[in-house]
Amino acid sequence: MTWLPQSKGFTEMTSTASRTSSVAPAGPNLFARMKMRDLVLVPVIVLVLIAGSFVSPSFLMPENLLNVLQQSSELSILVIAQSLILICGKFDLSLESTVGIAPMFAAWLMISDTYIGGSGIGISGYAGIAVLFAVGLVIGTINGLLVVKLRLNAFITTLAMLILLRGITLGITNGQTLFDLPEEFLYLGNAKWFGVPVSIWIAGLLFLFFGLMMRYHRIGRAIYAIGGNPVAARVAGIPVERITIGVFIVGSLLAALAGLLLTGRIASVMSGQGQNMIFYVFAAAVIGGISLNGGQGRMIGALTGVLLLGLLQNVLTLSSVAAFWIDACYGAIILLALIVTRLSGEAPRE
Amino acid sequence: MAAVDTASVHDQATGFAAEAHGIVKRFGPIEVLRDVAIEIPVGDARALVGRNGAGKSTLVSLLTGIYGANAGEIRLAGQPSPSLGDRRAWRERVACVYQRWMMIPHLTVGENLFLNNQPRGALGLVDWRRLRERSMAALKEWDLDVSPDLDAWRLTVEQRQIVEIARALLQGSRFIILDEPTAELERKEVNRLFDRIRGLQANGVTFLYISHHLEEIYEICRTVTVMRDGRVVADARLKEFPKDRLVAAMVGDAVMMKRESRPAAVSADAVPGLALKALTLANGFDAVDLEVAAGECVGLAGLAGSGKDKVAEAVAGLIKPDAGTISIGGRPAPAGDVEAMRAAGIGYVARDRHVRGLFPLLSVGDNLTATVMHQFGKAGFVSPARQEAMVRRQIATMGIIAASGEQPIRELSGGNQQKAMVGRALASNPKVLVLMAPTQGVDIASKAALYDIIEKAKAGGMAVLVVSDDLDELVVCDRVEVIFRGRITRSFPRGWKDHDMVAAIEGLY
Repeated sequence: MTWLPQSKGFTEMTSTASRTSSVAPAGPNLFARMKMRDLVLVPVIVLVLIAGSFVSPSFLMPENLLNVLQQSSELSILVIAQSLILICGKFDLSLESTVGIAPMFAAWLMISDTYIGGSGIGISGYAGIAVLFAVGLVIGTINGLLVVKLRLNAFITTLAMLILLRGITLGITNGQTLFDLPEEFLYLGNAKWFGVPVSIWIAGLLFLFFGLMMRYHRIGRAIYAIGGNPVAARVAGIPVERITIGVFIVGSLLAALAGLLLTGRIASVMSGQGQNMIFYVFAAAVIGGISLNGGQGRMIGALTGVLLLGLLQNVLTLSSVAAFWIDACYGAIILLALIVTRLSGEAPRE
Repeated sequence: MAAVDTASVHDQATGFAAEAHGIVKRFGPIEVLRDVAIEIPVGDARALVGRNGAGKSTLVSLLTGIYGANAGEIRLAGQPSPSLGDRRAWRERVACVYQRWMMIPHLTVGENLFLNNQPRGALGLVDWRRLRERSMAALKEWDLDVSPDLDAWRLTVEQRQIVEIARALLQGSRFIILDEPTAELERKEVNRLFDRIRGLQANGVTFLYISHHLEEIYEICRTVTVMRDGRVVADARLKEFPKDRLVAAMVGDAVMMKRESRPAAVSADAVPGLALKALTLANGFDAVDLEVAAGECVGLAGLAGSGKDKVAEAVAGLIKPDAGTISIGGRPAPAGDVEAMRAAGIGYVARDRHVRGLFPLLSVGDNLTATVMHQFGKAGFVSPARQEAMVRRQIATMGIIAASGEQPIRELSGGNQQKAMVGRALASNPKVLVLMAPTQGVDIASKAALYDIIEKAKAGGMAVLVVSDDLDELVVCDRVEVIFRGRITRSFPRGWKDHDMVAAIEGLY
């Protein structure tokens, strides 16, 4: 939270704004400065932590919490991707299929044994990683061009892309799961640095990087401007189309990375990899304060959304809730979280 | 061609803020600007007037670098205009404050001031501290009592416009185009805006001012350029260009109709078409008594927060008053229910058709008949033939210019859209017609047509209530009641003076 901006010294004047007295003044401390909306989930997370410690003694153990973080890391990278796209005023449903197809295509090229579903080409693990990101690049570019240049509706375009990519993923391998992948390809998903899984480091650094970029880099500010009012952004000289396409591309690259980490963690690529993740991606982003209308929300909020979902899932699994009922509980709690965050005073749109 | 009288405009020029010569602009086969020339000296306040479709907004788009011209030359501050892609260079030379919202709603005022132009520090990262300092300085200089940390969507219309002007100046522009800046402002706010404009003008800032309110133009501008059918037809000093000549230039050969609003013949003992008795709404209005006779047109004038809009909404059934009665033709009406009020004889045209009136994607016909669908068949089914017959009748009586009843209404001009809104209110054959700011943002010919429609409604025995603070709209009324802070304070019969009316509206005596 230390990267939060405003310094002291400009606070007295807010009280002079007589015509706008209904607005909460920005106080001198960081918490008041920060939009409360971004931190509304923190008490909820604390509550879940407390509840979890009652449910199971192992819940607060470092191994369990690290496990939660690692399991959330792929999701959180997708949430970063979706948040960027949502803040820009668009949508990308196909992110979850990129999580599947990018590693699947790379794996297919890497496996030299056609009997177990490979292509027989047998490229190296590093080449595989390059292919994986190339797939992300191509998908993001196509999505961006379709939505921006052809002005297709982002929802239906990326839905069609989702279905198409899912189909291709199945088609490549006839629905098989691909094993026996090169070590280099799996490294990021299963290695540890300083006792902490690499995927957690990566997700954390990405949050930090994108959080800072959205706050302090003019491209980040331009993304907010585009999502808030594209016409005004264009008039202000912001290259709206280029940035929007760029956001789609970055989103898909991040999704490909999430696919790589997931593949490394489970040491294989399943034909349905990534399936249904998009729902949790949206849930985490929206609970975390990213507006579906664009132009609103912060990465720190999105991060709290991901953490809440990850912890909840863990608590539900550890508790004696019957396995078949976990999803229902999960859904109900997400709904509840949405209602609570709305009632906590989200700003209305004009 | 009309005589273009340009000689007197340039007398004190020390150079031109903007000039355009021989401009031609085509959209597909349609030529929207033909050989347009305009020269605006530095420090001038120039009015740009013309009916809707005359080419004003196209010219503004060319002057601000949104489009390129097909032929001709544009120079800004004596320099040839920058290339179209170089938005930064354009913004440094010219800025336009549009009618529509050109702020980013969820960014702060400070950031909006420096949109895409943020002060940057190390590594090219945004320096928020300097951004706040500089925006606070700018807001202070502008005497604007808002915090730079405020989200822009919380600004009032007046504050928003001033922030937009300040943004233009911060980016270095000394030539500012104002596109109907007063459309949504109250009179007091208009005066404050004008004071600021005068102050800036004294400092060498040049204005191009687009407005349908001709009075305002005489108040704030020095010179005027009149456009008609894609050409400049007059260029003159306003002092030497009286209003009737200005209007004649705008309208051209079309015959100007002198408005003849016949005073209503109202017998004193007749049952009033609309009667409000001690109508009260907490935080809205207080003990409002108002009678409108059948065949009479009454104005209800007041400031934006005076309660006049709430009274109208109560009559329309949108608000349920706390106390008092509304009666229509002597019968008590079911307050607080739009459908029932309409059935009881209220026809209502809301303020701001874009927000409260139009279904932009639907056809003219569907817009006209939206409130009377039940007349076209049983059990909710709509007979296309019966609907179409009514639509055709309505288009003819309202004088709506549309390709057909099937045309989407958003393709119509503002004036014709507004005629359709009035047509919708009249479709249910009301006894009382309530019009809120009916001619706002409408060109002169359509205004005249709308006034004619009011006259016809009066002649047909309707009680007409015009809710407005536009003096032009109030002049046609047989009587004007002024509401101030929720109470009716004055009543003016015909023949009032502008000065008295404005004073009463403002609550000054």
